[in-house]
Amino acid sequence: MKRSEEHLNRTPRKRSGRKKVNPSQSRNKPYAIVSYMFVAIFVSLIVWLLYFNLVKSEEFINSPYNTRQDTFADRVIRGSILSSEGDVLAATQIADDGSEYRYYPYANMFAHVVGYDSFGKSGLESEGNFHLLSSHAFFLEQMKNEFKNEKNKGDNVVSTLSLKLQMTAYNALGDRKGAVVAMEPSTGKILAMVSKSDFDPNYLEDNWDYLAADEENSSLLNRATQGQYPPGSVFKIVTALDYLRKHGTVDGFSYTCQGEITKQDHTITDYDRTVHGEEDLRAAFAYSCNSAFAQIGVDLGGKSLRDAGESLLFNKKLPLTMDYKTSVLSVDGKSVVPLLMQTSIGQGNTLVSPMHMAMMVSAIANQGILMKPYLIDRVENYNGDQVKKYMPNAYKELIPASEAAVLTELMENVVNYGTAMSLGGQGYTVAGKTGSAEYGEGEIKDSHSWFVGYSNVEDPDLVVSVIIEGGGTGSESAVPVAGALFNSYYYE
Amino acid sequence: MVNIIVELSKYLLVILVILYTLQCFQMFRGREAHRQNVLLGKQLAVIILFLTLSYLVMFLKTGTIRMVMFYGEMLLYVAAMQIAYRMLYKKASMLLVNNMCMLLSIGLVILCRLNMEKAQRQFMIAAVGSILALVVPVMIRKMRFLKKLTWIYAAVGVVMLAAVFVLGRTTFGAKLTLFGMQPSEFIKIIFVFFMASLLWKDASFPQVVRATVVAGLHVLILVMSRDLGSAVVFFITYLVMIYVVTRKPLYFVGGMAGGAVASVIAYFLFGHVQERVTAWKRPFTVYEQEGYQIVQSMFAIGTGSWFGMGLFQGSPESIPVADEDFVFSAICEELGGIFAICLILICMSFFLMIVNISLQIKNPFYKLIALGLGTEYAFQVFLHIGGATKFIPMTGITLPLVSYGGSSALTTVIMLAIIQGLYILREDEDEELEKIRRALEQNAQEEIGP
Repeated sequence: MKRSEEHLNRTPRKRSGRKKVNPSQSRNKPYAIVSYMFVAIFVSLIVWLLYFNLVKSEEFINSPYNTRQDTFADRVIRGSILSSEGDVLAATQIADDGSEYRYYPYANMFAHVVGYDSFGKSGLESEGNFHLLSSHAFFLEQMKNEFKNEKNKGDNVVSTLSLKLQMTAYNALGDRKGAVVAMEPSTGKILAMVSKSDFDPNYLEDNWDYLAADEENSSLLNRATQGQYPPGSVFKIVTALDYLRKHGTVDGFSYTCQGEITKQDHTITDYDRTVHGEEDLRAAFAYSCNSAFAQIGVDLGGKSLRDAGESLLFNKKLPLTMDYKTSVLSVDGKSVVPLLMQTSIGQGNTLVSPMHMAMMVSAIANQGILMKPYLIDRVENYNGDQVKKYMPNAYKELIPASEAAVLTELMENVVNYGTAMSLGGQGYTVAGKTGSAEYGEGEIKDSHSWFVGYSNVEDPDLVVSVIIEGGGTGSESAVPVAGALFNSYYYE
Repeated sequence: MVNIIVELSKYLLVILVILYTLQCFQMFRGREAHRQNVLLGKQLAVIILFLTLSYLVMFLKTGTIRMVMFYGEMLLYVAAMQIAYRMLYKKASMLLVNNMCMLLSIGLVILCRLNMEKAQRQFMIAAVGSILALVVPVMIRKMRFLKKLTWIYAAVGVVMLAAVFVLGRTTFGAKLTLFGMQPSEFIKIIFVFFMASLLWKDASFPQVVRATVVAGLHVLILVMSRDLGSAVVFFITYLVMIYVVTRKPLYFVGGMAGGAVASVIAYFLFGHVQERVTAWKRPFTVYEQEGYQIVQSMFAIGTGSWFGMGLFQGSPESIPVADEDFVFSAICEELGGIFAICLILICMSFFLMIVNISLQIKNPFYKLIALGLGTEYAFQVFLHIGGATKFIPMTGITLPLVSYGGSSALTTVIMLAIIQGLYILREDEDEELEKIRRALEQNAQEEIGP
């Protein structure tokens, strides 16, 4: 490139020298400048194309709108989806009549997260589609197959999922509806993701019409990412964060709980109308005192509460590669007192997904930094040679490390002497928050049972987010499921 | 078996285009005649190999004998151009002829893959146009009055554009065609003649104002006709020509600032400008409507990756108007990113060659013509490729010689013939200078100023 530009100047210089007239170099200077400018825009086009192919193209190729890759299936046998330890979660097999079909050895267990390859694709089958239909088999072998007019073997997608944890979560939920997410806070690896009710992807074709129409169970819905639940007392993490921001500390707070609080004719009661008496913020959080937090919420105001929530990604897009619902936090500066009281204890109009709650806790566990959750660890050719490795990626710092440390302390107390005491006394430490989220209308309300938290507080290993629909209080149902996961992680 | 050939040909085609690109830039390294002739011969060999390999693959994939016939036609065209220019114009730039043949070959290969009927039509227009354009260099030499028609150029340009705006048929939301032709393409040439004839002798402020008014009218009518791509090409050409002739950077900088302000105003004034910007910034949010094209284009480019899917192996037909506004994406998908980058480099070398010719011309009128046409070419390439790759918002403009479009192909062929004519004139100028120099040397005593 240089040469050509030099030449632009060189030729005329030579000529003018020969003619011994006023040097035409300065006359030609605008031409050189114009050439440089156009060379610059051509080079920028090339750089952009390189950048797109190296960095951006994946995002487009893997888009569910991209139907191009399906034509690959004519020449490639779809690869397998594996757990992080190599267990086959989905594989293509050849039937006696030579036709291909997709086989899911663990049936319902990975139904949502691994997904299905028909009816529009979902889960990893959708996210990894391009890789599953690309072959990086040895090129001589590929040529041999081409000669014989046989299909090449597609690449395998090795997920971050742990069979052991997925199985534990699946069994612990039993036949209750709900969802479990387990992830590694320091990397963002999703280790388990269970949603119930579920379905058997092996028989999807037979059951599709029924499943798609069944609104009572919504079995096709991945509740972990698309379920929208009131957060209940789990939201007190946000309220506490906002209090901390306003006061710079959680010390110096004192409130006398009388089992209920009434403002503007609106009453919030504590669970079982328990009277907590005089308490500081740590105790109010550990015992999940509604009265105290309703008072805090009203003092803080809607605008402030919303800001704290939004820093933890409420009302925001989440850095997820899978389909999900955005969480809703609707208070603002104009909100009325009753809504503020409701919202600050996790009721009101607030809706969250279990995945979002896992991410929120994950950021707290990771000194405020949220790692992008991901499901594909690497891509291998069918021989197991690595084709592509996915590395952990920080999304951003949601809250400063100092705030994360205070929230951690609050959550540790929940396990030490609060509502999640049953998780204490193990060989590992746990910090967390329980919740019971009331839903439905009328006098007698049922509640969803929540637990979010993480193990090994000093150097966090595992974040768990559990919801059980109609499971009652967090301590009753969700906490034992989380306990099963922690035990499985450390002892099995 | 066929698949093997197709797979191998993928890599061979990439190697061929890399060779061609390198040869283009080697041509800049010196003007030694023998070396240049060897290079030109090599380029010609690459063009023929490229055509042979691509049509072999396309014949194998489709099995239609028409591919073989088309291959024959293309060889005939390349041979005719080579022979005609060598015979008629001994001083013609064969690099220019080669580049024209190579770009047309790439274009017709991808058009044959997308739509045989259109490819046939395109070929006819390009071939007939190229043959007719053979007289252009003679005309350039004879028609000395061309520099005096300033206001005729202006009138023809404005009246024809206005006619399209009033009577034209709407395609893809833009009023472009009149009686099946796209006058804005031809007016590109006339516009450059207008600018050059107005400014070559006198680039004083009043002249610049006159140029600005006429150029402004052109651009305004084009924006109202929704032909944004052409509007921008005219505007940039105007700026570059003004800058080069006045040598005042202030005009250029001021013009760019004015253009930026005008773009913002156009954005708020015209819905179709907003749509283009939205489709560029957030294509997925408007996937069903205006974002569809660009998303399909990005799928094509991404799927093609470095080496492409191979001819007839991808699905470029899923991009709306793949043969015109998105021909670059179709090339990326089937021939690959490396091929596409080489194509950009070939276009760039083509532009630099035109500027080089312009630099060497002494006659200020012709000098400006060459530069103006070169600018139009280069900026159109930028708009097309930038738009198709989502580097800039889509303007809906063709890639000269490669995209489908009769008016576009014809205009480019004529443009190149004009540049060829100017190149030949320059060689004549050289010869005359040489004579004068010899005369000077012989009569060293006499004082005949150079």
